[in-house]
Amino acid sequence: MGHEHKLEILRGLVKFKSNTQKIWGVLILLSIVTAVEVALGIYKPEALMTQVLSMKLLNWIFIILTIVKAYYITWDFMHMRDETKALRRMVVWTAVFLICYLVFILLQEGGYIEGVYSTGFVKRDF
Amino acid sequence: MSTTVVNTGTEGKTWGGGNEPLKASYGKMMMWFFIVSDALTFSGFLAAYGFSRFKFIESWPIADEVFTHVPFLHGQELPMIYVAFMTFVLIMSSVTMVLAVDAGHKMNKTKVTWYMFLTIIGGLIFVGSQAWEWATFIKGDYGAIQTKGGNILQFVDTEGKRVALADFVVAEEKYRSEHERKNGLWFVQEGTLPTYTVDEVIKGLESHENVLVRTQVINEEGEKTVLSRAESLKQIKENGKAVVEGANLYVNEYGSPLFADFFFFITGFHGFHVFSGVVINIIIFFNVILGTYEKRKSYEMVEKVGLYWHFVDLVWVFVFTFFYLV
Repeated sequence: MGHEHKLEILRGLVKFKSNTQKIWGVLILLSIVTAVEVALGIYKPEALMTQVLSMKLLNWIFIILTIVKAYYITWDFMHMRDETKALRRMVVWTAVFLICYLVFILLQEGGYIEGVYSTGFVKRDF
Repeated sequence: MSTTVVNTGTEGKTWGGGNEPLKASYGKMMMWFFIVSDALTFSGFLAAYGFSRFKFIESWPIADEVFTHVPFLHGQELPMIYVAFMTFVLIMSSVTMVLAVDAGHKMNKTKVTWYMFLTIIGGLIFVGSQAWEWATFIKGDYGAIQTKGGNILQFVDTEGKRVALADFVVAEEKYRSEHERKNGLWFVQEGTLPTYTVDEVIKGLESHENVLVRTQVINEEGEKTVLSRAESLKQIKENGKAVVEGANLYVNEYGSPLFADFFFFITGFHGFHVFSGVVINIIIFFNVILGTYEKRKSYEMVEKVGLYWHFVDLVWVFVFTFFYLV
């Protein structure tokens, strides 16, 4: 089996000379993203507290950054970038579709129950 | 009679047979499919967490107030710092793992050995940190009162800073002792009794003018609601039922018991994955040292455990976001 690696990340914006160099490059990228997340988590800028699609903008940013990290872990650390298109789609599309479906159903239901509680069907003791 | 020869016209094509369409070995492919199913298990847990949180969106604990401790830095409120460190350790051990895989492709036994060793160390540091995180969470820090309705009432001073029970409640002599197996009915026992009783907390609250009650309800500024002095006394006297110190599967001084349940279950399940990953890594590490893969002329086993190890890191990225950030 050949072990040729695709050495470009960020759609060819950064091209590494060797696989080892790419690994360190991806580490730097993941560290920066994590540092941004932690900084936002500690300081919680007031400007990001606006509601977008029934969730705080800050939380959307966290979720997007998490997916960015997940992408680079899967694509470069797990070498998904070097697998055939068929294998990649079997794994990624299946998981992404099922997870989106599950999350949508459960969050929708959770929000509905919250509505039932807060419109007075269940009384709090204070 | 000539033998029938079937020609499908697909010979030589990707899915025509007689080749490996996915260009991956059986073992690696199955590791990928296992990872898909395990990812679905974890997303089931996290989605259930989201469900419960959306259900109690107005009263869910604020993670920044729960996980504030860093080892060796007592009494300082440093949210996020330690868990960021844990995340970095896990990403770092992912890097050493992928470097081991890379060295394996080059058939460099010494490098594979060292990188596997570093990966194992990283995994152990992470599991140890998680154990510490659990211990801190179970122990709790301020203490609270649980009401008859199961809500948690915490204490703050007039500036909104948290006040621990120990700061204003005096423990008196108790007539009630913990029921152990060795006394009375041998098959009945109870958990540790809290340091204080509800009556002692009421007395303490009455004698400290500057202590107020903080409820679970999140107000418009995204902070927990603080009651007035009169309302504080009324709530504790009328509804106070039990003193809660720390967290377990039944009660949780930080707020909803569900929060603690999910915390223990999800981080516990993840920690178990890390633990088993470390065990598998150790097995592979010894195989590397013994030269098993040198003889086999392929380090693919390192690549397969590598996939599992990266997956553990991948899951942590999501646990980190949904438990500590969002």
